[in-house]
Amino acid sequence: MVKLIAKSPCAGLLPKTIGTVTLTEIDAGRMTLVAPFAGQKKSVSDALKSSIGVGFPAPNRTSGTTPRAVWCGRGQALIIGADCPDLEGAACVDHSDAWAIVQIDGADATALLARLTPIDLRASTFKRGHTARTLIGHMTGGITRLGVQSFEVMVMRSMAATLMHDLTQAAQNIAARADVGD
Amino acid sequence: MRIAGRGFNRSARAVTFTFDGQSYTGRAGDTLAAALLANDVRHVARSFKYHRPRGVLTAGSEEPNALVTVGVGPKQDPNIRATTLEIYDGLAARSQNAWPSLKHDAMAINDLLSPFLSAGFYYKTFMWPKSFWEKLYEPVIRHAAGLGALSGETNQDTYEKAFAHCDVLIIGAGPAGIMAALTAARAGADVILADEGTAFGGRLLCETYDVNGRAGEEWAAQQLARLSDMENVRIMTRTTVTGAYDQGTFAALETVGSRNPHAPKECFWRIVAKRSILCAGALERPIAFPNNDRPGIMLASAVRSYLNRFGVAPGEAVTIFANNDDAHRTALDLIDAGVTVACVIDSRTDAVALGDYRLVAGGQVIATKGRHGLTSITVRDANGTHDIQTDCLAMSGGWNPTVHLTCHMNARPTWSDDILSFVPTDGSIPNMLVAGAARGVFSTLGCLADGIAVAQDTIRELGLTAPQIDTPTAEDSAYRIEPLWQVDGKGRKWLDFQNDVHVKDIALAVQENFRSVEHMKRYTTQGMATDQGKNSNVVALAVLADATGRGIPETGTTTFRPPYVPVAIAAMGAGSQGHGFAPERHTTSHKATLDRGAPMMEAGLWYRPSYFPKPHETTWLEACNREVAMVRNHVGICDVSTLGKIDIAGPDAAAFLDFVYCNTFSTLKENRVRYGLMLREDGHVMDDGTTARLGANHYVMTTTTAAAGQVMKHLDWVSQALRPDLDVRVASVTEQWAQFAVAGPKARDLLNSVLDRPIDDENWPFMSCGSVDIAGVQGRLFRISFSGEHAYEIAVPSRYGASLFRLLTAQAEAMDGGPYGMEALNVLRIEKGFITHGEIHGRVTASDIGFGRMVSQKKDCIGNAMSQRPGLLDPEREQLVGLKPVEITGKLTAGAHLFVDGADAVSENDQGYVTSVCYSPTLGHDLAQAFLKDGPNRHGDHILLVDHLRDVQTLCEVCHPVFFDPTGGLARG
Amino acid sequence: MRLPCPLCGDRDRREFYYQGHAVMLERPLRDAGANAWDDYLHNRDNPAGETRDLWHHEAGCGAWIVVTRNTVTHEVLGAILAENAKKTGAQA
Ligand SMILES: [Zn+2]
Repeated sequence: MVKLIAKSPCAGLLPKTIGTVTLTEIDAGRMTLVAPFAGQKKSVSDALKSSIGVGFPAPNRTSGTTPRAVWCGRGQALIIGADCPDLEGAACVDHSDAWAIVQIDGADATALLARLTPIDLRASTFKRGHTARTLIGHMTGGITRLGVQSFEVMVMRSMAATLMHDLTQAAQNIAARADVGD
Repeated sequence: MRIAGRGFNRSARAVTFTFDGQSYTGRAGDTLAAALLANDVRHVARSFKYHRPRGVLTAGSEEPNALVTVGVGPKQDPNIRATTLEIYDGLAARSQNAWPSLKHDAMAINDLLSPFLSAGFYYKTFMWPKSFWEKLYEPVIRHAAGLGALSGETNQDTYEKAFAHCDVLIIGAGPAGIMAALTAARAGADVILADEGTAFGGRLLCETYDVNGRAGEEWAAQQLARLSDMENVRIMTRTTVTGAYDQGTFAALETVGSRNPHAPKECFWRIVAKRSILCAGALERPIAFPNNDRPGIMLASAVRSYLNRFGVAPGEAVTIFANNDDAHRTALDLIDAGVTVACVIDSRTDAVALGDYRLVAGGQVIATKGRHGLTSITVRDANGTHDIQTDCLAMSGGWNPTVHLTCHMNARPTWSDDILSFVPTDGSIPNMLVAGAARGVFSTLGCLADGIAVAQDTIRELGLTAPQIDTPTAEDSAYRIEPLWQVDGKGRKWLDFQNDVHVKDIALAVQENFRSVEHMKRYTTQGMATDQGKNSNVVALAVLADATGRGIPETGTTTFRPPYVPVAIAAMGAGSQGHGFAPERHTTSHKATLDRGAPMMEAGLWYRPSYFPKPHETTWLEACNREVAMVRNHVGICDVSTLGKIDIAGPDAAAFLDFVYCNTFSTLKENRVRYGLMLREDGHVMDDGTTARLGANHYVMTTTTAAAGQVMKHLDWVSQALRPDLDVRVASVTEQWAQFAVAGPKARDLLNSVLDRPIDDENWPFMSCGSVDIAGVQGRLFRISFSGEHAYEIAVPSRYGASLFRLLTAQAEAMDGGPYGMEALNVLRIEKGFITHGEIHGRVTASDIGFGRMVSQKKDCIGNAMSQRPGLLDPEREQLVGLKPVEITGKLTAGAHLFVDGADAVSENDQGYVTSVCYSPTLGHDLAQAFLKDGPNRHGDHILLVDHLRDVQTLCEVCHPVFFDPTGGLARG
Repeated sequence: MRLPCPLCGDRDRREFYYQGHAVMLERPLRDAGANAWDDYLHNRDNPAGETRDLWHHEAGCGAWIVVTRNTVTHEVLGAILAENAKKTGAQA
């Protein structure tokens, strides 16, 4: 009897704690990339709201928690944690397996990301629920603030090992600084 | 000599270090320069060009002389300024540019030969013959002149880089910077306060000034504590802002710690600031008098720094030579510390003593003595000349505002007659204001007040309310100075200590008509390299102005370039070594592939297996031949997930594809696949691949692995910028699907052993596609072939990729098949005449590869118009052919060129070139793909393959590029 | 250097791919002739001063944008989405 076993992008790599920072893989469940066709954004947003309770998010924003919608680039968003309804007015592309997603928690979470991304992560400008498409090291990906000391980072699934490498090295450098006496 | 009970680190613990192998003791908090002076080590370096003995000149990052090497082997770090290097237990520093020893340096002969080594010497001497440049002149010059050396081993230190953002960046934490930070922070702005020092306070750390009735350094520490408690303030010590760039971006170098082997050595910051305030202070300048470079001669401010901050007297009988009041405080501080002040020489005739010391007013130092350290000076005044015994001369030619950063965006500073120096020009850096000594405000009170006022302006520009802050009380003495640039007298008067440039060099430059300041700089090397003229620029300009009969403002300045202090390339590229060099993309079969011992090769960012070795195989070719035969006779499995997969959907999807492909896709039936060729707008081939129609308005395109990113960007470009009228959405699904080729006569049998419902030829003909289920998982199946065999590609969501790969390879092995790698894939496709980016390398057209008729003339498409240019349709162009050796054992090599047999193998006779070669185990000899002039009409001709690099010559037969199964019956059957 | 992406806001230059002058938006008709196509593909002004050029927010939202900037002062004066520039003929 043939059987296929599912494997997550960061299987065997996470979780881990380095210094004050903890890295955990997020199993986001179902993910659908939704890109409304011309003039359809409003109707798509309405359809999403009525079927899964979250609207189509504005640029650089997320909406909802579970399920949720995360803006992920020009004219598109990821519907995460629910089956995407049939949407006449949008291209709907299964992305459930396309991303490696890591949650970063801890006192140095912001300092860690500041070693990898050029975006402004200050709490006053990048608030809870804000998301950005940007660089993480040399990778293109997404960063979302989940809380005061908590972020979600997503990169292409195939780059999971590099993401681990980059996050680990940055976290180790920060942890090592704590040992430098003045 | 250490003065007991003096210095801010007077009660710090003892630290042991070595210099040139000799062990010394210093105090924690000392710089290496301070610790060496405390141990009476005055001669610490040899100069760059003439190998002259040199000592410490300054007490800051502007130090041109006291450069040392720290560490050995991979950790060897040259050209570290002893004046900023903090000592630590176990520090091993050594002098550089001296052999066999600092004291007895063989190359000091250069100093005696100096009349022959003047500026321009290299240009004039090492001219001809040209063949000597690289082999003789350069090695000789490099050996003779220079600073420290790298070890040649790979650097094993860790470096870091990071980004920071703020509303106000304040550069420098002296009196002005501290007050600016307090003002901006109080207004609620996000503030970064950065200073290159280990402690904040700037000159307050080096002088005996009081602020608000407290010792300056205590006041600074108190303010720093206040700032540290504020959440909107980020304090960055040991951080030098090295450059100012566009749109408020700054570079900064933080020294993190050489004492902890696990911590990064340095961190290279990019700071983005809405506004910035430059409070970088000022640098004291030397006076050009004869032999002003002996160890023991230093800047007056440096003498005060060593005395007041570190409790070190740089000499026992100190003399002072100056043209301004400020330098007189050196005498007062020394007397207070109990150090003998032998004499103060002031060039101003009306100078008056500020305390109880001997003053020569209207005097000048015209000579110095002491080969390895100063022993005496000769002073000339109205009464004649006389010698003074002294082991330390503190000189001051006045102060230069540290304008460097304001010049990084090409602005020039403005001359100020008030302070006889350059001050920043307003608006030099957008959104930057300058405060304090950096703009010529020299009293402590002036700096404190200016810091507040400028920060208030900055805060208002940000739209915030500027708080009222009281200015602390402090000294407010006037800055009195008269011009004194150089002193008449015999001997070389040094201007640029780091580059060994003296007054006569500038005279020579002028004499040879290098009169422009930029020409003078290149001719003499004054102000070049890491020094950037921090000490020498203004004096050199004054000398140049004098020699050319112009004023200093007319003479102008050269450009101060970033970085302000040297930055290790390792810091700028931090993290980009090893696995950090580039992202590594791993397929879902990566682990299983490694488990099988397959060597990986890089394909763009992807890692793909070269071949899957069997235990008895000793060469890659054995494995490759086996894998090729396995596919031809049984079945092979290959991970093809790396090919770009792009989902294209929307009412205008078909029209969009017709526009980006040169052939037509609107006519493709649903559940069918078609080969497509994509052109660049200039008519050359961009990429190829297959595109499947999954629904009326839904396609999935595949691209080559190499061009996936380029094609995605191109589709974005076309859909957004060229054809926003087309309603279509484009999304990469490369990562969503794990896709495997199943190729060989047994391919369908294998698939039917894993699919939930079997497939047959009738429902799944060649170039069909559709949905299939494997163990209840929905996948996609494409009947396409890149080998010429009966073949499929099967895709499942990536989470199942690893599992499916193991399943497919296990099933294949049960059928005498197995996995195959890139080497076999390459052979299979060459045998079949399929092309890759080896062939579509950017200079070939559709007709060059035999696909000219694919460029549909019924519609417009990207590249259509330009592909019809006569030059691109010329039949004489090099076009794709196959090659096989006339002798069956003949070797073919990629990159070789083709010549008519008998013609000279020179470029004029070039007939074409070879792009891909392989040994074909199927046919038993080498095969090649090549581009040959008029190739399609020369099938059957002989042509000579010549590889000049590998020294190969092989007579070949030109043939059709499809060697294997030319009718295509196998793939269809 | 920083560029104002109309969707993402001010971003570091390293997130962007540089293409060239915005004249590339004005694609000639297929039969416009060799000179028009030569101009479109190859011939560019090299202005000292204001210019409009195309950037792709590659490591960001994926938008193609038209940036107006000054080549002398390095001042960035604005940016709009390329799709809007094309649709409306708007200038950044
Ligand atoms: Zn963007």
